[in-house]
Amino acid sequence: MLQNDIAISVEGLKKSYKSVAVLKGVDFEVKTGSIFALLGSNGAGKTTIVKILSTLLKQDSGNALVNGFDIVLNSDSVRQSISLTGQFAAVDEILTGKENLIMIAKLRHLSKPVEIAENLLIRFGISDAADRRVSAYSGGMRRRLDIAMSLVGDPQIVFLDEPTTGLDPEVRIEFWKVIKELSSNGTTVFLTTQYLDEAEHLADRIAILHEGRIVVSGTFLGLKKLFPKSKVEYIEKQPTLEEIFLAIINKKGED
Amino acid sequence: MKTTNNYFLNDLSVMVGRSMRHTFRSLDTIITVTIMPLALMLIFVYVLGGAIQSGSDNYVNYLLPGVLIIAIANGIGYVSYRLFMDKQRGIFERFHSMPIARSAALWGHVLTSLVSNMISLVVIILVALIMGFRSDASIVSWLAVFGILIFFTLALTWIAVIPGLSAKSVDGAAVIAYPIHLLPLISSAFVPTETMPGPVRAFAENQPVTSIVETVRSLLSNQPVGNEIWIALAWCIGIMLVAYFFAMGVYRKRM
Ligand SMILES: Nc1ncnc2c1ncn2[C@@H]1O[C@H](COP(=O)(O)OP(=O)(O)OP(=O)(O)O)[C@@H](O)[C@H]1O
Ligand SMILES: [Mg+2]
Repeated sequence: MLQNDIAISVEGLKKSYKSVAVLKGVDFEVKTGSIFALLGSNGAGKTTIVKILSTLLKQDSGNALVNGFDIVLNSDSVRQSISLTGQFAAVDEILTGKENLIMIAKLRHLSKPVEIAENLLIRFGISDAADRRVSAYSGGMRRRLDIAMSLVGDPQIVFLDEPTTGLDPEVRIEFWKVIKELSSNGTTVFLTTQYLDEAEHLADRIAILHEGRIVVSGTFLGLKKLFPKSKVEYIEKQPTLEEIFLAIINKKGED
Repeated sequence: MKTTNNYFLNDLSVMVGRSMRHTFRSLDTIITVTIMPLALMLIFVYVLGGAIQSGSDNYVNYLLPGVLIIAIANGIGYVSYRLFMDKQRGIFERFHSMPIARSAALWGHVLTSLVSNMISLVVIILVALIMGFRSDASIVSWLAVFGILIFFTLALTWIAVIPGLSAKSVDGAAVIAYPIHLLPLISSAFVPTETMPGPVRAFAENQPVTSIVETVRSLLSNQPVGNEIWIALAWCIGIMLVAYFFAMGVYRKRM
């Protein structure tokens, strides 16, 4: 079955809030084990897509399969296959970091929740703060815990909505490593970002969401080819993703 | 494959464990739910008690039912507050994107409200015993007392769920607590209604708290309860059902 190859496939996805059409027919596919970056400016609808795919929100029309399961008809199985790290850290402030992880492990019905929690604390470098309440964590520690909570039980597909927003550059680079590691272990990573360099560094495929549709998608190299060769300068200049992004959006705005 | 419903009890107990920790770790919850009603009881008995003609020789006996009701009414504001915080912090989204019984997240809060209220009622009754409360009520009467108080707690809890899920701000979420705080004061909880002026008296005698207080008072003092117990039960169960359906409607729509 295709299920093994394609982790996420989305077809004709539409969603409006009241009268405002946010998604006007979104199509894309994500290969199993790859890192897929969804790029878009503020309000483009990235979070809306993530919420629909993680079964929190129902689309108005269109279909999507996640791990081979229909997100509406088979939402239970979808939830078995995924984890969500929302745009804002969803951690329990009153519990300690360790208690947060244990709670998630129990809710995922895993045996040895304490062991799982301890391993993740070490892996994310927060074991020193394990028994402190999260309300005393810094923003970066919170986000690390947040992502650690999402990895409890090794879900096959991981949704990360702007995972590195608000992190200092050092922690960001650490995260990139974690994400690369996940993908090399076969986990599919779907992430949204506004940082073009993040997509450039991490993603196997990049899709740009603009005005309700995916306006381009492909590998970074592929996107570069779409961009007109830079005029001869003294040093040949490679277009950055940022330039590609702006060029595409401006072009769409003109016609 | 096991469906998520098989895990309802497991998930529910994790949820209750979590919010019980919230309750025990926040000092102000304990103060509001247990210490405040106790202080009120001390003030009424030792400061105002001499001046109030309750028509019974043991004022603690007269007062206790009202103090229990106040304790419950004080506690339910926290249900709204905790639900609101969970919604705002994205905790509900995290839970709802996981393979757990969906309603466990909501029921966890409701059961926590019930359990923590029952604990504070027991503490208050123990202190009342030290202050001279005496009752020769039978086990059956005590069970009836707790039965009615459980229904009353559930009724108020489900009312509190509604603003907790729909409010736009913390203040909005907590607003429901104010009118509910006032109800016991305009009832026969602390002074006999006969002393009140006409319209106030009419209100006091026909609002739910009076029938609940009177029923509990009769049960504890081994007096016949007459019709009052059915009126009290009808109020509690009626309010509970209406609030439950309304709250579940909000939950389905907003979550
Ligand atoms: N519940 C809602 N009700 C009404 N409009 C909404 C709602 N949620 C989102 N929107 C609107 O839908 C559009 C897309 O929002 P969304 O959060 O998906 O964007 P985003 O790409 O994630 O933006 P950001 O980069 O700021 O996170 C925005 O214009 C937003 O105002
Ligand atoms: Mg967003």
